[in-house]
Amino acid sequence: MTRSSWARPAVRIVGNAVGVLVGAATAAFLAQTALPGDRATAILNIRAGQAELRTPEELAPITAEFGLDRPLWQQYADYLLGLVRGDLGTSYLQFRPVGAIIGEQLGATVVLAITAIAIAWMLMVVWIVATGGRGPRLTALGSLVDVTTAALPAYWLGIILLLVFALGLGWFPVLGDGTPLSLVLPALTLAIPLAGFLAQATRTEFERALEQPFALSARMRGQSDLGVRLGHVLRHASLPAISLSGWALGATLSGAVVVESIFSRPGIGQVLVSAVSSQDLPVVVGVVVLTAAFYVAANLLVDLASALVDPRQRAA
Amino acid sequence: MTLLDFSALREVDDDLDPELRAAAHLGAPAPRLVVENLRVSFRTPDGERPVVRGLSFSLGAGECVAIVGESGSGKSVSARSLVGLTGRGSVVHVDRLEILGADARALSSRAWRRLRGRHVGFVLQDALVSLDPLRAVGRELDEALRLHGRAPRAERRRSAVELLRRVGVPRPEERARLRPDELSGGLRQRALIATAIAHDPEIVIADEPTTALDATVQAHVLAELDAMRARGTAVILISHDLSVVARLADRIVVMRGGEVVESGPAARLLGRPEHPYTQRLVAAVPGLETRGRALSPEGAEGPSAALPEAAPGDGPLDPPVVLEARGLVKAFASRGARGAAPLRAVDDVSFTLHAGETLGIVGESGSGKSTTARLALGFSEPEEGEVIVLGAPWSRVPEARRRPLRPRLAVVAQDPLSTFDPRWTVGRILGDALPRAVRRDPRARAAAVRRLLDDVGLPAGDGSVLGRFPLTLSGGQRQRVAIARALATEPAIIVLDEAVSALDVTIQAQILDLLLDLQRERDLAYLFISHDLGVIGHVSDRVLVMQHGRVVEQGPTERVLRAPEHPYTQELVASILPAPRPSNPPPGRKDPS
Amino acid sequence: MTAVVSRPGGVGAASPVGRGPARRRRHRLADRPWSLWLALSYVAVLAVAALAPGFLAPSSPTAVDYAAALLPPSLEHPFGTDESGRDLYTRIVHGAADSLSIGLGAAALAIVCAIALGALAALGPRPIAALVDRVIEVLFAFPTLLLALLLIAITGPSATTQIIAVGLGSAPGYARMVRGQIRQAAGSGYVEAAVALGHGRARILRRHVLPNALRPLVAVAALAVGQSIVWASSLSFLGLGVAPPSPEWGALLDAGRPYVIQAGWLIVIPGLVIVALALAATSIGRHLQHRLESGARA
Repeated sequence: MTRSSWARPAVRIVGNAVGVLVGAATAAFLAQTALPGDRATAILNIRAGQAELRTPEELAPITAEFGLDRPLWQQYADYLLGLVRGDLGTSYLQFRPVGAIIGEQLGATVVLAITAIAIAWMLMVVWIVATGGRGPRLTALGSLVDVTTAALPAYWLGIILLLVFALGLGWFPVLGDGTPLSLVLPALTLAIPLAGFLAQATRTEFERALEQPFALSARMRGQSDLGVRLGHVLRHASLPAISLSGWALGATLSGAVVVESIFSRPGIGQVLVSAVSSQDLPVVVGVVVLTAAFYVAANLLVDLASALVDPRQRAA
Repeated sequence: MTLLDFSALREVDDDLDPELRAAAHLGAPAPRLVVENLRVSFRTPDGERPVVRGLSFSLGAGECVAIVGESGSGKSVSARSLVGLTGRGSVVHVDRLEILGADARALSSRAWRRLRGRHVGFVLQDALVSLDPLRAVGRELDEALRLHGRAPRAERRRSAVELLRRVGVPRPEERARLRPDELSGGLRQRALIATAIAHDPEIVIADEPTTALDATVQAHVLAELDAMRARGTAVILISHDLSVVARLADRIVVMRGGEVVESGPAARLLGRPEHPYTQRLVAAVPGLETRGRALSPEGAEGPSAALPEAAPGDGPLDPPVVLEARGLVKAFASRGARGAAPLRAVDDVSFTLHAGETLGIVGESGSGKSTTARLALGFSEPEEGEVIVLGAPWSRVPEARRRPLRPRLAVVAQDPLSTFDPRWTVGRILGDALPRAVRRDPRARAAAVRRLLDDVGLPAGDGSVLGRFPLTLSGGQRQRVAIARALATEPAIIVLDEAVSALDVTIQAQILDLLLDLQRERDLAYLFISHDLGVIGHVSDRVLVMQHGRVVEQGPTERVLRAPEHPYTQELVASILPAPRPSNPPPGRKDPS
Repeated sequence: MTAVVSRPGGVGAASPVGRGPARRRRHRLADRPWSLWLALSYVAVLAVAALAPGFLAPSSPTAVDYAAALLPPSLEHPFGTDESGRDLYTRIVHGAADSLSIGLGAAALAIVCAIALGALAALGPRPIAALVDRVIEVLFAFPTLLLALLLIAITGPSATTQIIAVGLGSAPGYARMVRGQIRQAAGSGYVEAAVALGHGRARILRRHVLPNALRPLVAVAALAVGQSIVWASSLSFLGLGVAPPSPEWGALLDAGRPYVIQAGWLIVIPGLVIVALALAATSIGRHLQHRLESGARA
């Protein structure tokens, strides 16, 4: 591969990523201005926790603090510039930079999400290699399990796991105490439905690839069934699941909201839920923008991984 | 995975072909492969469906046995069952199966694996999908070498390069690092052959090894198989193409619907085919020699078969020009390197098409013939030059201006299925194609649809296809429906883009007969695009030969194909495998079957 | 035709369009008639519960009996009782109407938005199509739950907000699907064949492109209802949907959370009701998809 054949797709991919980020920031900005009624009044009411009419004297410091007297486009430009500098704004309630509030909690959530995705991939690969294309019965069973696990809501699965493995059997701690052991159940709660979801996409491809001439060719030269599955078919079948994984990271980050709440784990999920219920918009928007950024970054990785697994994509 | 199910062996049948018996028992060296009465069936929800019913032959060193048949004949399944890979849900019975003197009926699946690749090599068709598309061919060869050997990695790498060199791949070190899609069709097919012969197997089974290849490449690949046979390898060749088989086979087995209809020495079987089906198969191969003659028995009985061929252009008055292309250029941005000149898929192509004549456009893959067809159809705009249809400007005008003329220019594509709306029945597809006035009158519409079906030889009454969906039709029926749709608007011109390329040879013969009959009846002009020189030679009045987007030669068919002037045309003509011609010509005879 | 891949309930938004033509799978358990019948009967029972709750559970969902608080499932209280001694079975039956209308409303909103956005992106005049295309991609970067939470943060929690939040939150994924379907149909061989016959653009759009592109949405709609109910209940579980005194299923989950250790059934059983509905919707959706792909042709 020459460098120029890499350069063009790279420019396109990065361009797309920047486009999505700017779009996400714009949506986030618009969301903050979308509070019903006068914005300064709304902020003050959110802070006070009650709705009432405010005097101009009361509103003046708020207007000054958030620069609400300036034209909308200027506020927009400031917001974008702030984002570039890593400034996500100031919380209405905590009087602190949103970046700091999220930063404290981000690590725990990212560890949870990445662990969950890794577990999901392991479960999925073992499950598909074991059951994919093995005749009507196993296929039926396999696909029933895919569909069922994929449909399990995190709140329900999490509670079941908690009741059975933490409270019933006592294998894992009930509350998130920060030990690796306490990561297992929350990660599984996210991983099991994700594995089912990835397995649905993979199974179709796996069965298709298993019947491709190149798989037959490999058997014809004496390759064993497991050799064909692991050596040839799995690589082809993993492509759709890889391209879904960027999306899956975003989904897992947001799924962490529920899981952290069940297992009382620290993380941005907890921050988000309290911010949503108190209408602390800068914090909510900060989490949203950050998740979009993760989505974009994950998709860059996904593109890279796809190109590694399928070298044909480099040329296209 | 159930590979072979020998649990229900029957007693040995005694009615083995005496010819095979002689070959098996009297020949001095023991045969490498003996099959007696192979039966294969697949379990379906409706019970067992037999796909092979009694195949027997034996094969010695340096011999080539060909199994010939059309789709559904069971030839590929037979080949696969010889290496124990018939697939899931299959039941295989065989009275005798000896591979290299060993009884293969008793083999464990592990023993089968040792046999495959080491003693029996298998070459599938279309290396683009038969080699792992995500791997470099060198790695694929490495896998083949690793499976039955203990050679260290560096040595395997050397062997891989050596194998590629042996099958005639130039610069094998570089090629080993490329993936199948980065190699030309011929090179990747050779690489596929290399993976099959990595351990010098005593037997090589080649299943349609040249089917997806261009004519010039096909000749090279067959020569490679021939060389292998000359070195003493026993070759089983599976093909639908009699001319391929004629080139290589010592003995031929003709299969149809799972049964062996005829078998015998190649020269006898092709020269004096005995079974009506074999006769029909041999007669159906189109070529320059079959011009003006029906290829199928049905065509021979048709009303127009007796008509002498009118040679357009020879008459006192030249028929009018219906389609003209002037200096067409179409470029596509080339992928890969930046700044490279765009690829000129069509480069300065000019031709005229007269009423009632067939202009054949022939070329190999990537020659620009299909792009030319799309330009002629107005599906794509030329960068330079123009197309004129029935005297009116056609290219570089808005679609709205083309629309009134569209009914005069019809198209039949290679894969008709994708051109039918999957929700529509045949009746609705045809009705929708009719001119607006007819379409809106239910009675006229129904009558017109029935007439169209009749025109293309599909039953319009009982057993009519009207209420059926195209997916449930056979390939030949689909192509007939596509032709009927093309006729619905009473066109002057039909563009046929590889319209018979995907069909079995006997079906292809019927469709070609139909097309030529329709042309005589209706004075249709055909722009006939094909990669197959035999088909082009059979149908065209004039030929246009394309290479790399350019027209290298054009002229009357007889002249171009018998005395080609351009070196490329010469190479193309030389690469045509001589079609097997029976010594007593059977076409036109009534087929009793 | 596109494979409809159902989505993981707890973690995801609508999926991007599945790859390639889905093959016919006659032998999958999920596609077999008995699973369809099971799914349809379950949906029928829920429909009765929504329309005539008194028929299935004659007593009042708010009847308090402190003597019978937090009783485990028994013959008298098949699903157990909550902290105020209210019968959980009765509450679930009476919550069906709210839960189902939230699910149906959100799914309808999602599909309508998806068709509008997807059709504009695929068929609109160039500058608008390009813009809508971008908008879909940007919105798709936000996971469903997050987008829904953002909307709730702006307007504050309520049943209406919940419908809008879930509907808009899951619309981008479906919009991508619609866009892909329309593009695929518009570039198909049968459309080219219609052009070759000289048929006009509007006629081709009406007779070929839209019917073929939108047909798979029937199956998607079934899936969307199940998913919407899962999303809505997730929001309620977080305390951001319908508030607890209501017997809406998500609210039941929220109300049961403090008692998860003593009375696990308060969450497990309403959760099971929702999971079963999601599975039933998936089963019906897959069956419809299967019918659409093969039924018309066989």
